[in-house]
Amino acid sequence: MEQTAIVVDQLTYDYPGTEETSPVQVFEGLDLIIEAGSFVAVLGHNGCGKSTLAKHFNAILLPTGGSVHVYGMDTRDEALLLKIRQQVGMVFQNPDNQIVSNVVEEDVAFAPENLGVPPEEIRTRVDEALKLVGMFQYREHAPHMLSGGQKQRIAIAGVIAMRPKCIVLDEPTAMLDPQGRREVLATIRRLNRENHITAVLITHHMPEAVLADRVVVMTDGGILTDGTPKEVFTQVELLRAAGLTVPETTMLLYELRQAGFDLPLDALSVEECAQTLRDFLTKA
Amino acid sequence: MLKDITLGQFFPGNTIVHRLDPRTKLILVIVYIVALFSAEGVVTYALVFAALAAVVALSKIKLKVILKSMKPLLFIILLTGLLNLFYTQGTPLLSFWIFTITREGIFNALFMVLRIAMLLAGTFMLTYTTSPISLTDGLEKLLNPLKKIKVPVHELSMMMCIALRFIPTLIEETDKIINAQKARGADFETGSIIRRAKALIPILVPLFISSFRRADELAVAMECRCYHGGEGRTRLKELHYQPRDYLALTEGLVLAVAVIVLAQFGL
Repeated sequence: MEQTAIVVDQLTYDYPGTEETSPVQVFEGLDLIIEAGSFVAVLGHNGCGKSTLAKHFNAILLPTGGSVHVYGMDTRDEALLLKIRQQVGMVFQNPDNQIVSNVVEEDVAFAPENLGVPPEEIRTRVDEALKLVGMFQYREHAPHMLSGGQKQRIAIAGVIAMRPKCIVLDEPTAMLDPQGRREVLATIRRLNRENHITAVLITHHMPEAVLADRVVVMTDGGILTDGTPKEVFTQVELLRAAGLTVPETTMLLYELRQAGFDLPLDALSVEECAQTLRDFLTKA
Repeated sequence: MLKDITLGQFFPGNTIVHRLDPRTKLILVIVYIVALFSAEGVVTYALVFAALAAVVALSKIKLKVILKSMKPLLFIILLTGLLNLFYTQGTPLLSFWIFTITREGIFNALFMVLRIAMLLAGTFMLTYTTSPISLTDGLEKLLNPLKKIKVPVHELSMMMCIALRFIPTLIEETDKIINAQKARGADFETGSIIRRAKALIPILVPLFISSFRRADELAVAMECRCYHGGEGRTRLKELHYQPRDYLALTEGLVLAVAVIVLAQFGL
């Protein structure tokens, strides 16, 4: 069962230049392996190449050099294009620009329709996908009447209806209010835990990355550090040098350490952090 | 202010009008328009109006909604009415300065206004009761024979579907831009027409730019969902003619024929 979902091997990519400008190189020999069934957060500030990387995962962009394999399929193989895109669903930042229909269920049906799935089966898949994201009761609504979080969940359902093994989410919460953000993150987590869908969450929002099993931090087209959230966020100096902030809990513990208190840095959730402080205070 | 525009909107429902096959509705709208333009006198107009009223009543769409949608077009309707009122030759009833109002003019104006209003109401009923996807599905199926002469039927219907889908989104966006420009001191309400038209430029430019960005993102999102043209596509709701469709078509045709025949006698 444990296999790899995405293998990026020595990836280089140049954004094609125009007549006046020369091509811009984004990656230079990037390696990354994403295990099937895992929940990986890719962090980085704007322009570090994380969205460009995401677009390689389902053959929207093709490598200039090196290769990307998705469940064993080379993304450069045009014959496999639809299969790759069916296996790796992609959700983007702005839900409005992903929804094609005026009716929720018809929008969710869009991908299976493209895949040529028979009508009865489309019905099953649409209902199933809408239930998974908790939007079944809205199936006949018009998307523009829904909230941002609801629209984004519809967009996720639209991808889930392809029955992908992996979903890549490119800053899915960037345009949402805190409520919508929570809804979307809970949905992603549930899909990962209960339906064993590999999730790749691209974000620059630290608290979201804490939810993942693994965090990959990118800077300037390369991988800065890679590990569990605890391993990554305890490297406060490294992250700060890359222009990234760490979660507030880690920041608090870090500042206290700087002030000379002997505290561990690996308490990421508010509860853990409170517990750590409490233990420290009772000891002292 | 722009939120009130209901043009091209769809109101979900489960009435017989909603459930009719989109192809039936498309054909019926064409039949309706033909009948409307053949109508000559009070009797024929009454017939067409009765048909329209029946459809509106069956669809449970509120009359208020229809009237509201006509509001932006009120100017054109009135202008046509006025032109007909003043420029029809015939028995003069009233005359002042360079204008003469004739008996025929009054009739013509009334009929013209009615005709345009009913034309709008009839076509509104189509978009109000048919979801854009089924509407474009219907259109695609109806125009399918044109594929043989290389007309990109699927692409056209997809474009129409997306255009309809984005109407509310773009209206919302325009509202936002207007507010943003107002907050920066833009004035859209005073001055001559030319001044006000010029004031629209700072609204249209950002609107166009953002539409292009949207189009680009939507295209990528569609590709990500395996869109690859009309080839080998299936549908969630496949279209099948039901007995009610044949019934509706027959009724529509009978009405149109009746109107055309009666119109020959000037009724």
